[in-house]
Amino acid sequence: MTNEVEAAQQELIDDFSLFDDWMDRYQYLIDLGRRLPEFPESLRTEENRIRGCQSQVWFVAEEKEGRLEFRAISDAAIVSGLIAVLLRLYSGRYPQDIIDTPPDFVKALQLESHLSPTRSNGLSSMLTAIRGFAAEALQAA
Amino acid sequence: MSQPQPRTASSVADCRADFPILEQCISGAPLVYLDSAASAQQPAAVIDAVARYQREDHANVHRGVHTLSHRATEAYEGARDKLRDFINAASRREIVFTSGTTESINLVAQSYCRPRIGAGDKILITHLEHHANIVPWQILCEQTGAELLVAPIDDAGQVELDALLAMMTDDVFILAISHVSNALGTISPIADIIATAKERGIPVLVDGAQGVPHLAIDVRALDCDFYAFSGHKMFGPTGTGVLYGRESLLDAMPPYQGGGDMILEVSFEATVYNELPYKFEAGTPNISGCVGLGAAVDYLQSVGMQRIADYEHELHDYMVAELKAIDGIRLIGQATEKASVQSFLLDDIHSHDLGTILDHQGVAIRTGHHCAMPVMQHFGISGTARASLALYNNEDDVNRLTEAVLKAKQVFA
Repeated sequence: MTNEVEAAQQELIDDFSLFDDWMDRYQYLIDLGRRLPEFPESLRTEENRIRGCQSQVWFVAEEKEGRLEFRAISDAAIVSGLIAVLLRLYSGRYPQDIIDTPPDFVKALQLESHLSPTRSNGLSSMLTAIRGFAAEALQAA
Repeated sequence: MSQPQPRTASSVADCRADFPILEQCISGAPLVYLDSAASAQQPAAVIDAVARYQREDHANVHRGVHTLSHRATEAYEGARDKLRDFINAASRREIVFTSGTTESINLVAQSYCRPRIGAGDKILITHLEHHANIVPWQILCEQTGAELLVAPIDDAGQVELDALLAMMTDDVFILAISHVSNALGTISPIADIIATAKERGIPVLVDGAQGVPHLAIDVRALDCDFYAFSGHKMFGPTGTGVLYGRESLLDAMPPYQGGGDMILEVSFEATVYNELPYKFEAGTPNISGCVGLGAAVDYLQSVGMQRIADYEHELHDYMVAELKAIDGIRLIGQATEKASVQSFLLDDIHSHDLGTILDHQGVAIRTGHHCAMPVMQHFGISGTARASLALYNNEDDVNRLTEAVLKAKQVFA
């Protein structure tokens, strides 16, 4: 059976397959980032900051009725778009589904260049953080 | 014997063909490499010299009686002679091979300064410095109780000379200043600054990492005490560099690291250190890298440093004018005297976003704080996009840069 994360991932990949031009893909990503929900100033703390990013990224997780909810923001537009993609896939999901689903979208959306830690733009750090939160939640349960 | 014909200034642009890496496409577009201030590309002459050395001549230096060891020693020491000539040092004893500018500066901080200073002494730098010319001094201050003084810069990105001169007081033990700012391209008037420092008895270290690739350097004319630079910024291999030091100072300094090659005699009772410059070259050095660095010097001298400086100056002015004409651009660093670098911001686009969109058009620039966070803090920004030129760039590259920036403007509109 397909879990919720897998289903969301497939939908995302289908959406992005509409674009064959890199510029359109980036423009869509940037638009997604611009539509991120407001991230409160009070949460932009050192503790919530993901280190190792050239741009600033703040990331918080919360567990609600067995599901993990994420909120995040960045001061860079493309990274905010990546955050929007991550939230769409992983926020409001069961930790087990997050752990069980390999992040195939990275390759499908041609975002590999964003994955290398040396690009230090946070996709890699954010994915690690999300999977870390999920593993922690599972352990606590 | 006829001298090799020096190339004319207009043909410096032909140098592009000497750099094999530039003949490739990135994201389907011919590569435009505008990140030479981070690391410059190597001409085929350097790549081939290193390969030939590895294939034919490699052995350890200064040790063996066999033929390869002789050849390796000759190649390594030959490179030292080339470097001496390149910066017009008085003696080959003043050319210490290091892993780069960073190690050169740390060597001076730890070996020249540390045994001689203490609480109450001051180390003077400027607000323009790269982290490599800040952090070694901070470490030294922590170790010795000395104090770090920072001369201010103005909004064009130039050291405020009056303030700097006023800060050169009796208690300043050393002045460490960059020749050319890596983040902004500002050329500081180091000859005048050194002259004043000399009058006041203050030794001067020049961070020349960004000076050497663009300007003809004469350490004797400058009269500096130390000049530190890196091989990979001047078209040589990474992991190579030089510390030029005035012989009388180097002579009086204790070794920086202990090990093989830096000794004459070792016993458990007493060890006698080797002579200059070997006293500072502990362990097997980066022989092949230094051979490549020597080849880079040959290459630069075949083009001519003055020609390179003139060519780049013209191209720099063209780049600045073209960038300036773009609506929404903010140039960071507008010093009167600049070399080959322009930092900028576009609208409210994050520099990292800008760099990503440019990369998709085959244009390589640097984004971020450029290891000069205090400079960014001065301008109240977290980073910039930085385009830096080298002798292999041309007007086409600049045009591609401006086209790519205009396209980025569309993407983020």
